[in-house]
Amino acid sequence: MRKHSHPISAFFSPFISKSDSVSAIMLKVILALIPGIALYVWYFGPAILVSITLASITALATEAAMLKLRNRPIAPFLKDNSALLTAWLLALSIPPLAPWWLIVVGTAFCIAVAKHLYGGLGNNPFNPAMIGYAVLIVSFPVQMTQWISPQGMGGFELSFMQQLQYIFSGILPDGIKLDAITMATPLDTLKTQLHLAHPVSEILTQPIFGQLAGHGSEMVAGGFMIGGLYLLATRIISWHLPVAYLGTLFAIAGIFHLVDPAHYVEPLFHWFSGAAMLGAFFILTDPISSPTTHKGKLIFAAGAGLITYLIRVYGAFPDGMAFSTLLMNICVPLIDAYTQPKVFGKKEKQA
Amino acid sequence: MEVSRFRADTREAVTDNMTTPYKFHGGVHPPANKAQSTRTAIAQMPLPAKLVIPFHQHVGNTAKPLVVAGDHVLKGQLIGLPEDGISSAIHASTSGTITEIGMQVVAHASGLPDLCATLVPDGKDEWIQREGINFRTSLNADVRQVLRLAGVVGLGGGVFPSDMKLRVGKHKVKTLVINGAECEPYITCDDMLMRERAGEIVKGAEIMRWALEADRILIGIEDNKPEAIASMQLAAAASNDDIRVVAVPTIYPGGGAKQLIRVLTGIEVAAGVRSTDKGVQCFNVATAQSIYRAVAFGEPLVSRIVTVTGNVQRAQNLEVLIGTPVSDVVAYAGALPDTDSYIMGGPMMGLPLPNAGVSIVKAANCIIAASPKLFPPAPPAMPCIRCTRCAEVCPAELQPQDLYWFAKSKEFGKAQEYNLFDCIECGACSYVCPSSIPLVQYYRFAKSEIWAREADKTSSDAARERFEFRESRIEREKQEKAEKLAAKEKAAAEAKLQAAKLAAEQAAASPDATMPAISTPAVAPPANDAQAKIQAAIEHAKLQAAAVKPKNTEQLTPQQLAEIADIELRRARIQELAGTDVETKE
Repeated sequence: MRKHSHPISAFFSPFISKSDSVSAIMLKVILALIPGIALYVWYFGPAILVSITLASITALATEAAMLKLRNRPIAPFLKDNSALLTAWLLALSIPPLAPWWLIVVGTAFCIAVAKHLYGGLGNNPFNPAMIGYAVLIVSFPVQMTQWISPQGMGGFELSFMQQLQYIFSGILPDGIKLDAITMATPLDTLKTQLHLAHPVSEILTQPIFGQLAGHGSEMVAGGFMIGGLYLLATRIISWHLPVAYLGTLFAIAGIFHLVDPAHYVEPLFHWFSGAAMLGAFFILTDPISSPTTHKGKLIFAAGAGLITYLIRVYGAFPDGMAFSTLLMNICVPLIDAYTQPKVFGKKEKQA
Repeated sequence: MEVSRFRADTREAVTDNMTTPYKFHGGVHPPANKAQSTRTAIAQMPLPAKLVIPFHQHVGNTAKPLVVAGDHVLKGQLIGLPEDGISSAIHASTSGTITEIGMQVVAHASGLPDLCATLVPDGKDEWIQREGINFRTSLNADVRQVLRLAGVVGLGGGVFPSDMKLRVGKHKVKTLVINGAECEPYITCDDMLMRERAGEIVKGAEIMRWALEADRILIGIEDNKPEAIASMQLAAAASNDDIRVVAVPTIYPGGGAKQLIRVLTGIEVAAGVRSTDKGVQCFNVATAQSIYRAVAFGEPLVSRIVTVTGNVQRAQNLEVLIGTPVSDVVAYAGALPDTDSYIMGGPMMGLPLPNAGVSIVKAANCIIAASPKLFPPAPPAMPCIRCTRCAEVCPAELQPQDLYWFAKSKEFGKAQEYNLFDCIECGACSYVCPSSIPLVQYYRFAKSEIWAREADKTSSDAARERFEFRESRIEREKQEKAEKLAAKEKAAAEAKLQAAKLAAEQAAASPDATMPAISTPAVAPPANDAQAKIQAAIEHAKLQAAAVKPKNTEQLTPQQLAEIADIELRRARIQELAGTDVETKE
């Protein structure tokens, strides 16, 4: 009998299971980022691949070190792909030309503090990638705002080797200034220009803007949306979070735009600029730090959409994805507690 | 009579508008694995060399043995009498000699022995005198008595005595649901029974409808059994009752009573609520057939159809005598050499058998021979990532990820608040969990802990009450003693007074009497009387000591012992389980 070869505790019903694993789910999410990353490379050059590689190596090394310190088995957790996903999301949130140590410090912080100090996989109340982003933007605001210009838009195009040299040593080719290769982001440009009392219609005629939002970045956002739709189709994420987030963002931006189109851009601009698409499909949908109930997910994502808009329009930062996510992360236990659905047979008052 | 067929996704009746199609939340689609055991007709399992018949095969009290070793019995002879309350009868499955009444390992999670009769067949398979009754001219109570003495219990796996379910309560039962859904993978005994003995099932349903005074009968069969549906449809057409055969969507656990009732009638029966309170009663198809055999022919439940499948050469359905060793059954089906364990029931909710020597009981709808290849051990559990796939498939609409959290952190009050006891332990959550967490085990653990704590509380409450009662009694006795003493002293004083008076009078009457009435009995009791009192006090103290000593720790029934051991085992398992969890491996 089996109980001689296995402990009896390992043999109980159900004896069968679906061949799904945490590692496979995380891998699918990582793969879903690829269309967005491909468009990123197409429009902004290959520097982003360097950040992703650096972040991945740092994440795995930090994960292994933390598991060792915490006396946990290393192999099964390294293979779960969750650290890798955090690394990719952080790399996609910070400027690709940022110095190498920025992404290393940020990733190490995500994994060591935001994930493992809270108890590791499954226990972190905050989205680790967004914690990393928040720490970096508060600690290194200059490096965090040097965004690379889309190809063909800046004063000078760095070759891949020149990009590598800049990332690792901070040295630009002779005679090239930083301004020639970087540019304010579309959300940033909009904010500054509005402060200068230019109307929206005039601001949007600048070459940095494309069809819907920023030239190039709008396409990258589109790439993330495609990846997100794949996640929806494969039921890895539920519709509640992206729909409530994008819906709220659209609705509130729409109301403001209808009331005063000269000061408030149209809702699609908000959808396709900044981290809105990445956030809607890849960041808010982190199951560990988001609510578990359907109603809770709707409330959580709607709150994040509202906060994102308020930060973008009234806040000090150009984008609000990270802070809106973190602020809503705080509310998750409360949201879950107050949105418990009624169970089978107890939905209506029994007569 | 017609077949209604609908799809879960469209909620639209395709051929029938008489039934509103409902669905239940969640559910999973595990591989069915039913084809391999439906290739051949139900075969009669040959008479085994020995039968071991447990006296406790049903929900409720163990049947009282009526035979002793050495007795010769006939097939169908009553050998275990139903005890009071919820209980059922046990019969000799064939004719032969009882060689032993004693404790043997049975098909139970604890692996503990229970009271069984060992029967060595004489090979004649000679029946007792049997006689059926005409139920239509009988009383409900008479029919139920027939079923009780025929040992008819729920054969879907619940083994609840059928006679208890046919009582007419204060709520009118409108709908009788006959469960032919058979949603568990591998199991096909109900499918084959419906294909081959549909007429008997329908006749059984008629008896139940009559007993319950129900208006209509709905027979729910999953739409992956077209042969069974056709056969049942034909049989139902011949009936005068309002019977409808409804093809329900194939989804696990669609054959759970609550789920089937929901799908057929739209009624949700919450945990702790009787379905009859909602006007529905539900029976399994095999139970219906047994009820018919018992009522129409006086035939007690001595055999059942068992699916033998899994790691065997000839997966099939067998008619097996109750008490046949599982080893005989799997040997008959040709168990393959790498078989290393056996499951009673299906792969979702089945019970791993302690060994192949245990016997087929009334609950044994299926025996799966298991091998490491067929059922590979689950990988080590990873932490919960709150992905809520479990909540999406939970038919009770619970939040399994929260219940897991509470069970793991032993917050049992929270777990109850989050409706732990609404969990039907179907295993759908564990089936889909990407972290391979044995969720159901955690829920069983939490439930048994809560039961154990409630039992502890009840017994400590009882002890406290006993103590308080004793204290108050001692106080009362003290008072009574004091009062008695006071009364006695008063009486003695009065007597003394009387005596003195009398003496005075006597002295007055005869002045030369010197020592008159000193030895009045009321004043000085004799010494032997005092000794008797001491003796009585000792006796009293002894009695008191006996009364205070708890009576319920030494003379436990085998059943109670088994229950305690079962709980202990579950606790031990969970502790072991915590050890296999990656997260807690320090």
